[in-house]
Amino acid sequence: MEHIRMPKVENVRLLDRLSSRKAVVGTLYLTATHVIFVENGSETRKETWVLHSQISSIEKQATTATGCPLVIRCKNFQVIQLVIPQERDCHDVYISLIRLARPVKYEELYCFSFNPKLDKEEREQGWKLVDLNEEYNRMGVPNNYWQICDVNRDYGVCDSYPTEVYVPKSATAHIIVGSSKFRSRRRFPALSYYCKDNNASICRSSQPLSGFSARCLEDEQMLQAIRKANPGSDFIYVVDTRPKLNAMANRAAGKGYENEDNYSNIKFQFIGIENIHVMRNSLQKMLEVCELKSPSMSDFLWGLENSGWLKHIKAIMDAGIFIAKAVAEEGVSVLVHCSDGWDRTAQVCSVASLLLDPYYRTMKGFMVLIEKDWVSFGHKFNHRYGNLDGDPKEISPVIDQFIECVWQLMEQFPCAFEFNERFLIHIQHHIYSCQFGNFLCNSQKERRELKIQERTYSLWAHLWKNRADYLNPLYRSDHSQNQGTLHPQIAPCNFLYKFWSGMYNRFEKGLHPRQSVTDYLMAVKEETQQLEEELEVLGERLENLQKSQLGDNKVKSKQQDQSKQLRLSTSNNSLANTPQEYSNDLKSFPSRSPSQGDEEDSALILTQDNLKSSDPDLSANSDQESGVEDLSCRSPSGGGCLPSEDSGKDSDEAVFLAG
Amino acid sequence: TDEWRLSCINKEFSVCPSYPPVVIVPKCITDEELRKVAMFRHSSRFPVLSYYHRKNGMVMMRSSQPLTGTNGRRCKEDEKLINASLRPGKRGYIIDTRSLNVAQQARAKGGGFEQEVHYPQWRRIHKGIERFNILQESLIKLVEACNDQSHNMDRWLSKLEASNWLTHVKEILTTACLAAQCIDREGASVLVHGTEGTDSTLQVTSLAQIILDPRCRTIRGFESLVVREWLQAGHPFQQRCAQSAYSNSKQKWEAPVFLLFLDCVWQILRQFPCSFEFNEQFLITLFEHSYASQFGTFLGNNESERAKLKLPQKTMSLWSWVNRKEELSKFQNPIYEANSLVIWPAVAPQSLQLWAGVFLRWNRPSQYLEEAQEEMVKIIRYNKELQDKVKVLRRHLAEVEAAGRAQGNL
Repeated sequence: MEHIRMPKVENVRLLDRLSSRKAVVGTLYLTATHVIFVENGSETRKETWVLHSQISSIEKQATTATGCPLVIRCKNFQVIQLVIPQERDCHDVYISLIRLARPVKYEELYCFSFNPKLDKEEREQGWKLVDLNEEYNRMGVPNNYWQICDVNRDYGVCDSYPTEVYVPKSATAHIIVGSSKFRSRRRFPALSYYCKDNNASICRSSQPLSGFSARCLEDEQMLQAIRKANPGSDFIYVVDTRPKLNAMANRAAGKGYENEDNYSNIKFQFIGIENIHVMRNSLQKMLEVCELKSPSMSDFLWGLENSGWLKHIKAIMDAGIFIAKAVAEEGVSVLVHCSDGWDRTAQVCSVASLLLDPYYRTMKGFMVLIEKDWVSFGHKFNHRYGNLDGDPKEISPVIDQFIECVWQLMEQFPCAFEFNERFLIHIQHHIYSCQFGNFLCNSQKERRELKIQERTYSLWAHLWKNRADYLNPLYRSDHSQNQGTLHPQIAPCNFLYKFWSGMYNRFEKGLHPRQSVTDYLMAVKEETQQLEEELEVLGERLENLQKSQLGDNKVKSKQQDQSKQLRLSTSNNSLANTPQEYSNDLKSFPSRSPSQGDEEDSALILTQDNLKSSDPDLSANSDQESGVEDLSCRSPSGGGCLPSEDSGKDSDEAVFLAG
Repeated sequence: TDEWRLSCINKEFSVCPSYPPVVIVPKCITDEELRKVAMFRHSSRFPVLSYYHRKNGMVMMRSSQPLTGTNGRRCKEDEKLINASLRPGKRGYIIDTRSLNVAQQARAKGGGFEQEVHYPQWRRIHKGIERFNILQESLIKLVEACNDQSHNMDRWLSKLEASNWLTHVKEILTTACLAAQCIDREGASVLVHGTEGTDSTLQVTSLAQIILDPRCRTIRGFESLVVREWLQAGHPFQQRCAQSAYSNSKQKWEAPVFLLFLDCVWQILRQFPCSFEFNEQFLITLFEHSYASQFGTFLGNNESERAKLKLPQKTMSLWSWVNRKEELSKFQNPIYEANSLVIWPAVAPQSLQLWAGVFLRWNRPSQYLEEAQEEMVKIIRYNKELQDKVKVLRRHLAEVEAAGRAQGNL
């Protein structure tokens, strides 16, 4: 590749983020798609792979006596600190990476070169896994109240909308086009979720171009049509997810919000979710806290609070809860918008849908939900997640926040979701990785022009193939939590929101619980299944044997060999476990005995490194078969459950505040 | 063992009223010498054995501060005792649970710490664990914050921060980890003390044992740990656990020392959910009974008081109730799998959480979490059932086959 000035640098040191004393020496490679660090010496030769598209920023720090430090921060919250001996080399790597991390053409992205060795048919099947037509049918539309409108067939009305959207039956093409002209970027009100049981619906749009006094008859008729599509209710809620101040400021630019006086039978409501710039800064602040070296409890809590991150998460959840309540309990339809109706609106609609409909809490349903509310309705993935080099002010963790909302709900409702935390983390990872085509571009129109489905693979098929890894063992579809709406505690719920270290400190394995209940239960369930099978086999054999003995008493010793040895887990509950740095005082102690008498602990560290990764492309040993993990082994391995490019990291040491 | 012996020196609680009648001391120290050492230690709490690490023979001892005073008093017997706990050529750490400053100030009141000149084989480490009213205020602030009904996210986090509760948790846990690390990793013995050796000292010694010793992570083992390191070691429950968080009157001796210990255990349990035989409910139950109980276990300030009150005769023991089968099942962790290793918890702020099971107990919906617990129990139980069935069927099959073979051979 022409952008790589320096394909290989030797004697590079990879610093442990938590302990500056620990560093490994190795070789750094730059390839067309990855940065790869290969550890020297040790037998394992651990590798750390980072996709270029995951790189968020590269910082070259002042040269020190030991070399030139280079810090790579990734969009999946990995931070890699390298020290390169020669300043010149470091500069070359730096320049190369800056270019590689910011591709200018879609064709440079990894998904166009990524080939999981599937044939054409399998690829096409993969893209068919999530089918929105099927989804709308599942919801119960088209029906007497809702129909597909084809005014946007060639993206003629709104280029950021999909070609097929559902609108009230009474909304004529004239009304739709008229309404679209009165809405920012022509994003007219369209159906997001329909509740079969009571005809209430969630619709979405952008803000009206009302300015201080403008009106639009068609738009008013459009809202009227939405209300009529729900005969059980005589009004609809219009939810503006912005803070009131922002919405008012928009009026000066000829935009704004609906005037209750002009629209018959609407109830207008502000929710107060901040805009993408506030969210970007908030995340930035929170990540700074995560990156602190041995922070005190106060540093951490102050930092977390100052970032405001959890406050924003709560605001999004509150909006979702409000809408879910309106639909489920009051039976009132809701129209949601923010400014353009593709960020906050997507967050809020999908949180509400998730609360309302247990289907979206299944693995397949969750894929459908993202496809529906985010991908099809033109969430600007390319701009928000910086896939191509663009305006840094467009970048914002919008879908990250939605994913965190789901996680917060999972913590409150442990049995309500079919999938586990790992599923969410992998989705987040791939939104940035550009390894699959799903999240490329800013709209359906652009994706179709690029022929994404013909040239790349679908993430959903990939996740579906490995779905065993993403199951929540506590989920049962017949469970009470999965009948109908979830009712998260509305108040006082502020302390229910927790910092998600599994995401934001994802690569600091030392910080996480060393044993995973999820993994343990999954192994137990796996074993249970084997037992069920064996029980059946044994039962059959017993029956046959008894029959044959009655018959001719033939000895069937052959069967003895077939006896399937069930691997009942006898694994010792092994944990790679070394003490962490609890005090600096120990360093000064002269008689640090080399014989630590701890063969058992240290030996286990090696086994720990067999990362259980369902993503061969993510894990360090990228060419290994993915299905090799021994699930009958019950030892829940501490950190080995996350997709990781960080096998270069020793998973078990962390620094602690010294006395 | 060869190096340690039981001493009945305190039979009538005559030497140290807050110690149990029988203590473990180095073999080479006579009772006479012990008496002298007791004179040199605060409240006569001379160094005794707290834990013996079988893996490498290292030990953890605890005591109160030495009464060195401003002019650096010495006590030969004390030095002999402490050195006697070391194996030849080995070194040890003295973990002082006070910051250096506080320890130095203590000299003015006759207390103090071991000078390294006089204890050349020992290295002293100071760790500041807070005491008494600071902890109590922290608890009051925390409970206030937890009961605040306002919806403001910001205020919640800053109140949590201002209570400093998690800071205390972090400090205690870190010190315990340090002690465990010295023993297991450095192969050194440890002496832990603060001022009286009845509060932070016990937090550190008992948590270190949970980290090091798998037996302490079983129900019985944990019970005996509490008996040994808290009740017999003379943690003044009567003084510390009188009023809890809602008292307006400032009780001088009130402090949630035991609760902090339980909180730390919960933090470890959360990080190693499969390594404990007991569950969170067990810890919560102990917390409740330490403040108010129909059982006599946590009454009184030490063994001597309990003996005087004739509690063993007059009241029921909590343990005998807890250990009944029907109660025990409530406290069992369904996913327990004995883990013989040392478990090293993470103590970074990201790794510690507020103990919602205690502090938010009345403010959060517990229904869904309980359902999750039940589901977990169901999964495990079903698995066990199947295992048994398979075993039975296998045996049956083998019998039938053997019978068949026998017939065929005929």
